[in-house]
Amino acid sequence: MAALLTLDSLAVARGGIAILEGVSFALGAGQALVLRGPNGCGKTTLLRTVAGLQPPLAGRILASPDIIAYGAHADGLKATLSVSENLAFWAAIYGQSHRLAPALAAMNLEALAARAAMSLSAGQKRRLGLARLLVTGRPVWVLDEPTVSLDGASVALFATALRAHLAEGGAALIATHIDIGVGEAVTLDLTALKARSPEAGGVRGGFDEAFT
Amino acid sequence: MIALLLRDLRLAVRAGGGFGLSLAFFLIVTVLVPFGVGPEGGTLARIAPGILWVGALLACLLSLDRIFALDFEDGSLDLLATAPIPMEAVVSIKAFAHWLTTGLPLVLAAPVFGVLLNLPGPAYPWLVLSLAIGTPALSVLGAFGAALTVGLKRGGLLLSLLVLPLYVPTLLFGAELIKRGAEGGATAVPMLFLAGITAACIALVPFASAAAIRVNLR
Repeated sequence: MAALLTLDSLAVARGGIAILEGVSFALGAGQALVLRGPNGCGKTTLLRTVAGLQPPLAGRILASPDIIAYGAHADGLKATLSVSENLAFWAAIYGQSHRLAPALAAMNLEALAARAAMSLSAGQKRRLGLARLLVTGRPVWVLDEPTVSLDGASVALFATALRAHLAEGGAALIATHIDIGVGEAVTLDLTALKARSPEAGGVRGGFDEAFT
Repeated sequence: MIALLLRDLRLAVRAGGGFGLSLAFFLIVTVLVPFGVGPEGGTLARIAPGILWVGALLACLLSLDRIFALDFEDGSLDLLATAPIPMEAVVSIKAFAHWLTTGLPLVLAAPVFGVLLNLPGPAYPWLVLSLAIGTPALSVLGAFGAALTVGLKRGGLLLSLLVLPLYVPTLLFGAELIKRGAEGGATAVPMLFLAGITAACIALVPFASAAAIRVNLR
């Protein structure tokens, strides 16, 4: 089975300083990988690199174009639009408008559909942010702390959605501190992959990083 | 892409979207200038084209920092960058939405404001024409400035300093077009220059804006 997403000895930098190196793994259909590590160890930076928001310092990311759906800390919601308008926008961007109703149902947002996003609670906003993943129709979810501010029932909702996604041949790369309740997920601890200093043979993060 | 345009337009007219703000600012400028300059009709009529164009420029500037800053703050710019639309298209559409909510109302309302400045009669069609041709360049160049300053706190002032010099050619030819039109002179040259500047901006500047956004998102 061909891997959907392969990282080949990837090194990533934040602010011109290498923070992770030698990250290698392959993610195939139906697999979920959970990234763990202390604050500031480079989980978010790694996810942003995989999502294509910043270039890797070294190494390669092998993935077909347009397969990654990125879910960041921020949900990208517009306060003055309603729940369904927010979601319909992303569904239209990804050309998947038929997924709108199932996504609302999967995240238990149907009762809130007409509510303006500004009047949602933090957990409800998060659920709307996660529903966005369902309307992208993309196979690889790259998620940054997806279950922050969710209650137990909502975490279970997310776990159900994630299992369904994996069962359909999707994959997920998730950075989290909280147990997401998907037992089959493999865990990768990033602590051991902390970048060495350049003197010790690590990758040097150039000053001109922004211009390459 | 239509979805993005519709969303931006919808956000602009919802509460706090800032639609109409530029128009109100334009109105205030054109009301204040006669108070400052004095009531002599001749003086006003002579400076009216310039005042109207400077007013349009400043009104346009007011809402520029919102083009990307709001999307950056709530995280949707990151998500748009990973969406299946090229960043160049995102930038162009957001600039177009900005023009529809700022530039177009100015074009349509300008004749009314021209009355306040005692603009001579033959100048009115040229006023509308020059603003219609010139203001798209203001939005596109403004989007470039907004893209450069997107990650900065209080980037609005820096944005003005960056963008206003870029507006000079449009201002020169726009005001010149109205002046010549009012006097019945040859209008082809300033009109072609104005249109050429706008066309070049629309064609080229989105690439620079998209590159600036990509660097700022890192």
